[in-house]
Amino acid sequence: MSTRYFGEPVKRNEDARLLTGAALFVDDVELTGMLHAAFLRSPYAHARILSIDSTAAKQRPGVIAIYTAEDLGAYWQPGPLLVPPPPVAGITFNQRCQVPLAKDVVRHVGEPLVLVIAESRYIAEDAVNDIVVDWDPLPVAADLEAAARPDAPRVHDDVPGNVAAWVRQTNGDYATASRGAHLTIKRRFTYDHGCSQPMETRGVVAQWDNKADKLTIWDTTQAPVAIRNGMAAMLKLSERQVRVIAPFIGGGFGPKIMMFYPEEVLVPWVAMQLDTPVKWIEDRAEHFVATTHERGQIHDAEMALDKDGKIIGVKDVFLHDTGAYDPYGLTVPLNSQCTLLGPYVVPHYDSTFTAVFTNKTLVTPYRGAGRQHGVFVMERLLDIAARELGITPAEIRRRNFIAPDAFPYNHKIIYQDFTELTYDSGNYAPILDQVLKTIDYERFIKEEQPRLRAAGKCVGIAVVCYVEGTGIGPYEGAKVQVQASGKVSVVTGIGTQGQGHYTSFAQIVADATGVDVTDVEVVTGDTDQFYWGAGTFASRGAVVAGNAIGQAAGIVRQKILSTAAEHFECAETDLVIENGKVSLAGVPDHSITLGELARQANPMRGAVAPGTEPGLEATSYFGPTMGATASGAHAMIIEVDPETMMIEIKRYAVAHDCGVVINPLIVEGQVQGGVAQGIGNAFFEQLVYSEEGQLLNASLADYLLPTALDVPRMEMTHTVTPSPLNPLGIKGVGEAGAIPVGPLYAQAIEDALQLHKIKVELLDIPLSPSRLWELTRAGKLE
Amino acid sequence: MSSTELSDTSVNDSVTVTLTVNGKRYTRTVEPRMLLSDFLRHELGLTGTHVGCEHGVCGACTVQMDGQPARSCLTFAVQAQPHAISTVEGLAPARGQLHPLQEAFRECHGLQCGYCTPGILMTMQAFLAAHPDPDEAQIRHALSGNLCRCTGYQHIVDAVALAAKNARAAKGGAA
Repeated sequence: MSTRYFGEPVKRNEDARLLTGAALFVDDVELTGMLHAAFLRSPYAHARILSIDSTAAKQRPGVIAIYTAEDLGAYWQPGPLLVPPPPVAGITFNQRCQVPLAKDVVRHVGEPLVLVIAESRYIAEDAVNDIVVDWDPLPVAADLEAAARPDAPRVHDDVPGNVAAWVRQTNGDYATASRGAHLTIKRRFTYDHGCSQPMETRGVVAQWDNKADKLTIWDTTQAPVAIRNGMAAMLKLSERQVRVIAPFIGGGFGPKIMMFYPEEVLVPWVAMQLDTPVKWIEDRAEHFVATTHERGQIHDAEMALDKDGKIIGVKDVFLHDTGAYDPYGLTVPLNSQCTLLGPYVVPHYDSTFTAVFTNKTLVTPYRGAGRQHGVFVMERLLDIAARELGITPAEIRRRNFIAPDAFPYNHKIIYQDFTELTYDSGNYAPILDQVLKTIDYERFIKEEQPRLRAAGKCVGIAVVCYVEGTGIGPYEGAKVQVQASGKVSVVTGIGTQGQGHYTSFAQIVADATGVDVTDVEVVTGDTDQFYWGAGTFASRGAVVAGNAIGQAAGIVRQKILSTAAEHFECAETDLVIENGKVSLAGVPDHSITLGELARQANPMRGAVAPGTEPGLEATSYFGPTMGATASGAHAMIIEVDPETMMIEIKRYAVAHDCGVVINPLIVEGQVQGGVAQGIGNAFFEQLVYSEEGQLLNASLADYLLPTALDVPRMEMTHTVTPSPLNPLGIKGVGEAGAIPVGPLYAQAIEDALQLHKIKVELLDIPLSPSRLWELTRAGKLE
Repeated sequence: MSSTELSDTSVNDSVTVTLTVNGKRYTRTVEPRMLLSDFLRHELGLTGTHVGCEHGVCGACTVQMDGQPARSCLTFAVQAQPHAISTVEGLAPARGQLHPLQEAFRECHGLQCGYCTPGILMTMQAFLAAHPDPDEAQIRHALSGNLCRCTGYQHIVDAVALAAKNARAAKGGAA
């Protein structure tokens, strides 16, 4: 088989629909008689609900129905635990899941307590404003560190100390091994990751068809199959009675896989109650408080090193803000705990975290999913150690890399997929070399920087490294089918939110079946099209679904050959599949189209041989034994204006290794978008809360997303270390770009402003001009 | 619709709104407070115009009014009556074809989820009409009022530059 599309920068199949405004997003669904939902949400972070008076709202013309928790009857149940706690000895885990509508007590601003259904969204929102609630405000646990104190106000009355979870994982014996250290670095780090802010907010449309006894739900979810299963269970329907469609989704980045959001549970229920289609679309103000965040951790970390700068061990104790409920389990802090180790040999590791309930919006994974927090701690410890030892940041990293012949490399702690954290493959030094070469590291440090500094310019350089666990299980599946039209259909259970699956999956199938890539029709996110699947998260779509598709396409290819061999009465080896046809080798005129073969494989009359399956189709499933570990290095040169503390990025270089690449154009886009979100996290975005638990900057005018003026052009290079865990050799790339940007900023700014001269270290993210101003002024006062 | 008529209208009354969108006239009876974005999307079914923030920051809802980019989420439908409105549905010359700017976005992978894309196209098409030979800094400045959360902007900038280059070449000017 000649590879024509795999590995090529193929233009995307989905673009024409998106560019012309024809693509269907959830809010584009219009149904006859459709009603609209709006929610009354808590204005308090913590309060008792004394009474709710909806009298005026009910009388407003156009209002159809109003529901409080009491009105839900037996349907009112806390949500399911989406991810169970990991099998770690001595673990504490207190499961407290969100509820559809708050009953008695609200635990964060934005928690819904009344659902209004009206003829239009305008009227529904008017009615929400008519509702009068008598509140009894309660003491608030807002600040992470304060919430973790024994005497803090309790988010849940029965959870002392607000301890959602406590997990200690160790490898080796840090306490003993660190006694012989040449150097020990000990610091407190604060890392605050913001919120994902996809350009499309969340939304749900539901339609009950009482003639067919079927429910259809359009949902902005990353996991349509799981939503289908959950909704069927909650509504006491069979799975086959529920169809969930995740059409085009306007960005996900993690929070769209939280399950189940209150609105997601309520809108289908109301559509059934009223036997009328119902739509709810989140507005941006709601999104800030009602869609999950990621937010902060505080790490007290230390690193022990020998005289050569080799790591003896790391000890880390950290607090993790999980918000008011913890339905997503411990994925985020586990990722922090594991990804901290990075591409380095850490012989002794002792890491303990406490996940803490706070009166704030729930925390669930957002692109990076806690990896950033860990990577920041590790990279900063290395930077400080390098300075103490008088070596460059690049050199200390190189000395600690896991050797290329040490894979698979087992860190002997439990990862988010509940297997031991094992890197399948990697080769880190060439990545570092590559990025240093791109940014011209040595020459900048030796020639350019001294010259620019002499001219009064505050210029700095930085380089950081990271790994990313990707492509975890359990499994995905796909059905590949040659249609009578000659086009090849691919259906899979994952959702897609801009990752280019309509194209990368088509590339895999086009090569196997010999059709043009534009003749492969990919369907994702429709549970009536493909029944099974877990969802798009953890940079796993291309890896797990991609390999299932590769397998199915291989079987279809075999069926094409055997059907054609029968047709031509020849050996399969005499056949050539290309351009949508099968022909006899050397006799291109003697050919049959795939469409005709598909029709022949589905006879309408006569007899077939026993065991014959109709059609040219195959369904396959792929489940990796563990995740494939991607890796990379970023480098950056900046200039800081010492008056305004604004930063100009002069150059930004990325070298990364995500195994075999299906489509380099799409991979570049994924990395560039990730870096942009990393820049937002490092220098622009922060969810600012008052002591009362009020989010003070809940608008895009106040919560600053990076613009085209803030994100630099990136110079990108690739190395390829194929994953041995899957036939295609691919690794995920979705989150890579976003992960290492925080420590890159800190290192570059310290260098540019020569902060060591005033004994200032940058130990927290996000930074900002005002934060830098505060820190540098504090330094000068010493 | 004059402003004096508006002042006598309460939010609960309906008004008749006639708009010219992509060269076609539409008349609907709606609440006077209806936003132009909602009118286009839900009254006319022109759902290519997307709503991202409803407070004028993100730019996803950008349409053109008399050729100038405007936020349809900050405009009442009644206010738009005297103006010629253009939306993303009107860009391509015919079904199955793409406008050269749309072609360039496809060529350069200038979109991922595609949600912000219609607003960006409407912004940059107007920009290119006024600035046929922009440099990268000018493109980035013009683009900076539209938020994109997926791409990191680089491929969008490339797409706009390519569209400008192609347009100059098509006119026979220096590429």
